[in-house]
Amino acid sequence: MPASLVFSQMMSGLTTAMFLFLIASGLSLVFGVMRVINFAHGSFYMVGAYLAWQVVHWLHPIGPSFWLAALAAGLGVALLGGVIERLLLRHLYGVDELYQLLFTYALVLILGDAAKFVWGTDQLSVSAPPALAGGIQIFGTTQPLYSLFMIAIGPLIAVVGWLVLTRSGAGRLMRAAAHDREMLGALGANVGVLYTGMFVVSSFLAGLSGALVTPIQSIVPGMDVLIIVQAFIVVVIGGMGSFWGTFWGSVIYGEVLSFGILVFPSFSLFSVYALMAVILILRPWGLFGQPLR
Amino acid sequence: MSERRAISAPTGEGVIPGKPPASAAVVRPRLARGVPWILIVFLIALTLPWVGSRYDTFLGTQIVIDALFAVSLNLLLGTTGLVSFGHVAYFGVGAYVCGILMKTYGVPFALAFPAAGLGAALFALVSGYFCVRLTRLYFAMLTLAFSQIVWAIAYKWNSVTGGDQGIPEIPYPHLDWMSAIPGLADLGISQRFYLLTLVIVAISFAVIRRIIRSPFGRMLTTVRDNPERAAFIGVNVRAYELAAFVIAGGFAGLAGALYGIFSRGVFADYVFWSKSAEVIIMTILGGINYFWGPPIGALVLVWLNQQITDYTQYWPFVLGVLLLVLLFLFPGGIAGGLAAGWRYLKSRRAPRRA
Amino acid sequence: MLEVRGLRKAFSGFVAVDGVSLSVATRQIAAVIGPNGAGKSTFFNLITGHLRPDSGTVLLDGRDITGVPPHRICGMGVGRSFQRTNIFARLTVFENIQAAFLAHRGRGRDFWSRSESFYRDDTAALLMAIGLGHEADTVAGTLSYGNQKQLELGIALASEPSVLLLDEPTAGMSASETHEAIRLIDRIAGERELTVLFTEHDMEVVFGIAEKVAVLYQGRLLAEGTPAEVRGDPEVRRVYLGEHA
Repeated sequence: MPASLVFSQMMSGLTTAMFLFLIASGLSLVFGVMRVINFAHGSFYMVGAYLAWQVVHWLHPIGPSFWLAALAAGLGVALLGGVIERLLLRHLYGVDELYQLLFTYALVLILGDAAKFVWGTDQLSVSAPPALAGGIQIFGTTQPLYSLFMIAIGPLIAVVGWLVLTRSGAGRLMRAAAHDREMLGALGANVGVLYTGMFVVSSFLAGLSGALVTPIQSIVPGMDVLIIVQAFIVVVIGGMGSFWGTFWGSVIYGEVLSFGILVFPSFSLFSVYALMAVILILRPWGLFGQPLR
Repeated sequence: MSERRAISAPTGEGVIPGKPPASAAVVRPRLARGVPWILIVFLIALTLPWVGSRYDTFLGTQIVIDALFAVSLNLLLGTTGLVSFGHVAYFGVGAYVCGILMKTYGVPFALAFPAAGLGAALFALVSGYFCVRLTRLYFAMLTLAFSQIVWAIAYKWNSVTGGDQGIPEIPYPHLDWMSAIPGLADLGISQRFYLLTLVIVAISFAVIRRIIRSPFGRMLTTVRDNPERAAFIGVNVRAYELAAFVIAGGFAGLAGALYGIFSRGVFADYVFWSKSAEVIIMTILGGINYFWGPPIGALVLVWLNQQITDYTQYWPFVLGVLLLVLLFLFPGGIAGGLAAGWRYLKSRRAPRRA
Repeated sequence: MLEVRGLRKAFSGFVAVDGVSLSVATRQIAAVIGPNGAGKSTFFNLITGHLRPDSGTVLLDGRDITGVPPHRICGMGVGRSFQRTNIFARLTVFENIQAAFLAHRGRGRDFWSRSESFYRDDTAALLMAIGLGHEADTVAGTLSYGNQKQLELGIALASEPSVLLLDEPTAGMSASETHEAIRLIDRIAGERELTVLFTEHDMEVVFGIAEKVAVLYQGRLLAEGTPAEVRGDPEVRRVYLGEHA
């Protein structure tokens, strides 16, 4: 295999990995603190993508507006998440996990069709911002600037997130909540506000990543299901609720996918689920997670 | 303390804590004794080919098959407290086994059908062995993973499963012998198949019901209510869960086999994870706390589907809203609601007896 | 009857039970006491197979039962009640006891008979013995706390144990309920010739019926002897007077 091909695949794998990290980190965050697996996270991602497209579409006469659109998408989905959490989800805390899972699944159904209703079923796409259009030559391959941007952004967000988690007051609260919710409430911390905040942040991340993916992938119905499954797998590999686990899990998954397809074209589908099954059987808490209490 | 908890609250129907129990002493509703209600329903169902149109019989077949699928799931959900997100895997294995045997190898239905059940049960044994070792969240995810593996194999293994083309044109079983039964000679093949399905499913229900009411079934409910306690009355929790998993998987396989013939083909998207969610919704809709809950759920959901899809393509939206309503307002489902209504009526009548 | 030798268990460096040895003679009623966090529940869990000890042995009537899983220990004649009430909440009181009989007498593999027909007389008799005869058809989850504790005792008894391990049997009870519960345990233990080992916080309870008392503190056995001996032990007094005002 020529070195340039290896390099290309590696870069492509990293790009996928960073996207997944953005998305999966939101999922892992919510699970780590609130013990809820949010199936609708992929739907938030999809809504973010559509919102970004919508904003770009509206502002088209004025000029390119990618960054504004991405921000708007993140905020819009954050708002959506906040409303859902406040009005509906909070009534299901402390109730059997099955009901929480089913609730988020109901959201998937509803949001999926709502998106179809508003934006139709045609593929939509958004162009990369002018500053990041085009590519540069590295090692004999052309790497899209936008991909490089994503690869850089990922670790940046990871480090920022890590600092927030470990250094800030809010971060300490979150980590404490992950260990013992009841204790936290007893100490007077407003657990309700914390949960809403976490959910809003997670939704923002989902919406933002949806917007950011649009120059690379078309927006289609079904992207919600596709992404949530992959985010799931990443979180399982890395370990539920583990921050760095999600990061490395994304990298591993992204690269395995990228190289696997070269070797076995039918690789992705079966092997991805097989990988998830193997991890769950051998080490359900993933590489970095903790065994569930 | 173990992560497992019972699916439903100790009393009343469903789970939202803070809701007061339905009454101090919960009496299981019994319709008037001595009247064989089930038998009556069965006989009525038998008359469908004559009383209804061909389309009604078509719907009826689908309802009956879905009812079996849902009842098999409820053996896990309502009786044992196991939440499986991948139950459709066994449905699919059954469908493919029966379909492949009948279409590709010309095996008669009488052999292919039980083979489907056995194949599904076997797969349930292997996958279940790994699943029951995990606590409930991970259990649910592993069942999902296995189910998607089945889907991925079905989708890609062109030589055996037909890949994304599936296995079309599965033949009906030979039902000419039915002409010998008085009154049946005039029926078309699909109507005869409906009757055959009805009888098979009725027998399956009888068997499953028997199992649930047996000492084995009693052990399953102890696992559901309190696995820790169950272990300490001598119940090997994992072994019982695995047994329930295998039985449920086997019957799901039978349902799948019937479905393959009914829809004249077996396709990979039968096994996609959304189908597992549909059957869960169907079961909860009907009511997980009663044996006849899931069949009621099947009836209502199939009927609802027919009504809605005439007007709009947004069936998933309706399904989602329905699920939300169930979760927040009626966790006990239809059967739960009926039972609560029954108790209410009985309590109104009681003073007169005194 | 029940002999524990050098039982030890550590969790990621924290030693919960540190080389505890104890023996309870046949038909003796013994108590394990100690402040919170002393390791009493862990100690019980080690005996009943819920946890595997890092070292040490548990002998039941001379047989080694160390690390045997709970569902098998039960069959060997060990009955247990739990600290947090552990009953089958959605079954009726009658069904709770009946299920225990079904499990204990090996009926669990019967897929065909009707479960409700088995052991009805034995179940009724046991219900009367523990004083819940009038609640037979009540759904267990709706029982009062005290009644649930009684039911739990009943479930443990249905396994026809020779040794009964009771984890805080009077937790959460009022003074009068506690009195009732202790009378019941004493009577049943006498009638069925049981060996009883229980943990408790309430000193009155302990000194009321225990013939032998063991004191656990920070995972170690601090003192062991008759109630009077233990009461007078200076170490015990220090621990308890130091802990409680």
